[in-house]
Amino acid sequence: MKPPPFEYHSPSTVEEACALLGSLEDAKVLAGGQSLVPLLNFRLARPSHLVDINRIPGLDAIYERDGGVAVQALARQAGVEDSELVARVCPLLTAAVRLVAHRVIRNRGTVCGSLAHADPASELPAVLLALGGHVIARSARGDRVIEAGTFFRGVFETALEPDELLVEAWFPASPGPFAILEESRRHGDFALAGVVRAADRLALFGVAPTPVLADPADPARGLRPSGDLEATPEFRLHLVRTLTDRAFAA
Amino acid sequence: MTTKWFGERVQRVEDDRLLRGRGRFTDDIQEGGDRALESCLVRSPYAHARINSIDVSAARALPGVVAVYVAADLPFGDTDLPILIPHPNLTHGRTQRCLASEVVRYAGEAVAFVVADSRYIAEDAAELVQVDYEPLPVVITPEVAAAAEHLVHDDVPGNVAAEMLQEVGDVGAAMKSAPHRKRLHFRFERGAASPMEARAVWARWSDPEQKLTVYDSTQSPTSIRGGLAVLFGLPESSVEVIAPDVGGGFGPKIMLFYPDELLVPFAAMQLGRPVKWTEDRQEHFLAVNHERGQVHEVEVGFDDAGRVLALSVDFIHDAGAYTPYGIILPIITAAQVPGPYRVPNYRVRFRDVYTNATPTSPYRGAGRPHACFVMERTLDAIASDLGLDRPEVRRRNFIQPDEFPYDLGVAWQDGNTVIYDSGNYPALLEKAMQMLGPRPAGDHIGMGLGAYVEGTGVGPYEGAHVQVLVSGKVVAATGIPSQGQAHATVWAQIVADELGVDVADVEVTSGDTRRFPWGVGTFASRGAVTAGNAMSVAARMVADKAKHIAADHLEADPADLELVGGKVSVKGSPDRGIPLAAVSVLANPVRYAFGGGTEAATQFTSRPRPGPPLQDGEQPGLEATGYYSPPGSTWAAGCHAAYVHIDPKTFRMEVLKYVVVHDCGRVINPLVVEGQIEGGVAQGIGGAFYERLAYDADGQLRNASFMEFLMPYATEVPAIEIDHIETPSPLNPLGIKGAGEAGVIPVGAVIGSAIEEALGVSITEMPLSPLKLYELSRA
Amino acid sequence: MKVNGFVHPAQRDPRRLLSDHLRHDLGLTGTHVGCEHGVCGCCTVLFDGAPVRSCLMLAVQAEGHEVSTVEGLAVLGAPLHPVQQAFHECHGLQCGFCTPGFVMSVVGLLAQHPNPTREQIEEGISGNLCRCTGYASIRRAVQRASELSQQTPSPLRGEGWGKGR
Repeated sequence: MKPPPFEYHSPSTVEEACALLGSLEDAKVLAGGQSLVPLLNFRLARPSHLVDINRIPGLDAIYERDGGVAVQALARQAGVEDSELVARVCPLLTAAVRLVAHRVIRNRGTVCGSLAHADPASELPAVLLALGGHVIARSARGDRVIEAGTFFRGVFETALEPDELLVEAWFPASPGPFAILEESRRHGDFALAGVVRAADRLALFGVAPTPVLADPADPARGLRPSGDLEATPEFRLHLVRTLTDRAFAA
Repeated sequence: MTTKWFGERVQRVEDDRLLRGRGRFTDDIQEGGDRALESCLVRSPYAHARINSIDVSAARALPGVVAVYVAADLPFGDTDLPILIPHPNLTHGRTQRCLASEVVRYAGEAVAFVVADSRYIAEDAAELVQVDYEPLPVVITPEVAAAAEHLVHDDVPGNVAAEMLQEVGDVGAAMKSAPHRKRLHFRFERGAASPMEARAVWARWSDPEQKLTVYDSTQSPTSIRGGLAVLFGLPESSVEVIAPDVGGGFGPKIMLFYPDELLVPFAAMQLGRPVKWTEDRQEHFLAVNHERGQVHEVEVGFDDAGRVLALSVDFIHDAGAYTPYGIILPIITAAQVPGPYRVPNYRVRFRDVYTNATPTSPYRGAGRPHACFVMERTLDAIASDLGLDRPEVRRRNFIQPDEFPYDLGVAWQDGNTVIYDSGNYPALLEKAMQMLGPRPAGDHIGMGLGAYVEGTGVGPYEGAHVQVLVSGKVVAATGIPSQGQAHATVWAQIVADELGVDVADVEVTSGDTRRFPWGVGTFASRGAVTAGNAMSVAARMVADKAKHIAADHLEADPADLELVGGKVSVKGSPDRGIPLAAVSVLANPVRYAFGGGTEAATQFTSRPRPGPPLQDGEQPGLEATGYYSPPGSTWAAGCHAAYVHIDPKTFRMEVLKYVVVHDCGRVINPLVVEGQIEGGVAQGIGGAFYERLAYDADGQLRNASFMEFLMPYATEVPAIEIDHIETPSPLNPLGIKGAGEAGVIPVGAVIGSAIEEALGVSITEMPLSPLKLYELSRA
Repeated sequence: MKVNGFVHPAQRDPRRLLSDHLRHDLGLTGTHVGCEHGVCGCCTVLFDGAPVRSCLMLAVQAEGHEVSTVEGLAVLGAPLHPVQQAFHECHGLQCGFCTPGFVMSVVGLLAQHPNPTREQIEEGISGNLCRCTGYASIRRAVQRASELSQQTPSPLRGEGWGKGR
């Protein structure tokens, strides 16, 4: 379980990073590495190039913007978890980030990395979707704002182009009653199924190739989740109904 | 004997270096100058396939690669690896070869071995090894194996490696006349021990000394040494095997051999450089023995009072692809089903069947969790049928305290029959129920309980060497290694008591054939009984010798002397004594004495003794080697009980309270025993609700990682309350019984019983999961 | 990069994991490797003061940063760090393989929460697997470490460790 060979690049500016992404074939961005490095160690990912953005200064801010919270590419999940700003403006994000793995992972893992990785069972993409946030993708061609609703394309698939770097995610303030509930086998594991409530909006995760918006009155409608060792499609639908009831009962 | 240290909560002497990061695990070893070459095994991706060809040329050509071996490159390449414990009923035992060259029978079976400058390069090279496999039909699950539509081994009809039928009493007649009869079916999936340190081997051949040194994260270095000596044609004195710090074992780190245990020393001898192999977690899942897969058909006959009159158990044990460990597992299950209960008529048959999966060998509990689950769930079923209280059904079936020794009449793993030496099972239950207390308020809460016995301390023997140095410090050594059981502390307690010294003055080495070359291994909850008593024997020999030497010089009868406070003194006159350090000096009658005891010793050397300095039968040195060979197993026992809440919608489990009452005879160190129990219960919780190895029909292990094989974190393991009772074993001088495996045994039965009550569904399998409970509750 | 206060030359091979670099290039074998996919926590070290998995970082990423391993908590001959002492007193280890990872996680936890609640303890150790103890003694050890940290004067308090971020 050692990574296969790759070429390593460590740009010191976003522009440099974008130039590398624009010119290299088969490059992967390394931010927190908490999903990518395991894949490298298992040799399930074999990128020719790794573009490590960790040495780019000034890319780790968490700040208030347009009534919501902007989280830059190198802001660690632990930083978001501890942020008073996030707790004040978007407490849903605070609650959600605490469900991501374990503190030691969050010390290194990034919010933007979770979004770009787009694991269908992960919490943060669903939060972005429930809140109607967006991400900013930068490339040599310029900045592009991608709404949450169009960002997630499939399992581990997003609307990011190969030459684009996700530089910032924006989470609107969480309105009114909110909740994030999930069922996972162990504390910190990926969810078998989960729901995010933001006022009367409902987003689901773990039950489709991407996070999806759903009708709180009939959350399982139209869903065709996949099955695995820990949950059949039926069980996932059952969990989604149960968790939705609980999220809206509160 | 004074009992100053025995029974005390002595803090561990091995902690300091482990806490400072100065432990020495096999992958930490760097010895003999050269940095070790690193290595990697090429493993079959197929569960069953014929090998048409293996091409290693590209791998050999990769820069940094030092050697690539296939079976044809090995002088022992055509040799089937040994069966650790042969048995007459194992009529069709089969073992793998070090590297497969014709057929692979499980995904993960080794086919080539790459040695390179680093593990990184070795893994790159492994990917370049081209193997042409021709897939063969795959046999997965014991039921499929028993149906024998396809064979794992062409020459093993029915896939049956072994079959064994035993009967005590007349089950047919007793069943027929029983007022009630019931049939039950139980199923257990595979699990794995998963110690935090995976396996590792480091080897170095010293040409000038003609000596092979092997570090191995094994539970049995003495056996590995014996095997390597035979295989390489070396005298045993030229082979050193050391189990240094071992990061957990729990059973599967004992084999003769895993392929790497031969390949690494072989490569080191061939290449003239140290070679190491450190298993990664993925291959640990694939290639280190599993356990737990069994399927049971049970029929029980009982009377109106809920007393068992006849019990018939017919089960299939999933051997995996080979039987390197023999048939110990099903033998233990067969022997331990009756547990603490009187079963006047008992018939048990098992078939050990081959599947295209990783071989199986004991994992903590070793066939007993199944046995306990079968019996306890059967008793619960009787209680339910008769409308009786579950604890009451146990009370009516327990073997009583005045019935020991109790001969069960079935075969035990040491070749004798099962004879319980001592115990008080009713007391265990009463104490457990008292500790459990009233049922918490709320819905979907169930109570579960389970009682068990465990045959511990099996032979054949262990030995120990104890020596008092001239400094007065004591060194002690035994052949069996520690994987965290605090051997260095508990042996020191035993030795310190015999020699009247402080625990801190006793330094214990274990699992290093350079220090003690004989012994068997750490398994089967046997260390405390076998090596503990051997320590006591050896230390007492030293004490006797010290008394005899001191007696000459104190002008006293040895019988009037005692060892207290680091001195040999006349009983009742502590002033009339001589330090042990001085006795150690005197024990070696050379012209010049060395060390701290010299001064005290020399004042006596003027006292002439007739005859030669070393008289007939005397040996120099204040040291002794002693052995202990148990006459039979010691039978530990216990009772667990719990309240468990199940969320009726998400099926999340919460253990509200978990109590353990445990009897391992006389407790040497409660701190250590409680740690063993707490760890065992945690593994039991894992095995009951989280951990299962899931193979698909193609024989691919679908969850070979810690992400998917769900070992519990702290958040999944409840607090546990523990109490002890002590029924000393009459079989050994210290009165102790083993404690290593106890914690895990009844947990599945307890959780199953509690969940059955909480949800009102019938629980007949292990492990459970939210998904399984969801499906059961809908059925 | 600085490890336990000492500067070490850079690792050149970009794919070498920080865990392997610490263990086999710098000889700091107290950091253990249990899974190499970030689940078990045996390889936990402090990176600029915060606990991280060293198996999920490349050694080159540590260049210019400060890494603390279990060997740095108490120099040889000095008394144990309060967290180490607490694990000893509470029988918080058996085989000792997971122990350095737990110790480093707990150092990080106590830097964040000097008086952790039950839930904070649970959460704080929930990213580390132990197969021997069943965690009960480790929970007790964290509680004890919190007490000891407050009794023990600096520098043994663990100040400077786990401050980061």
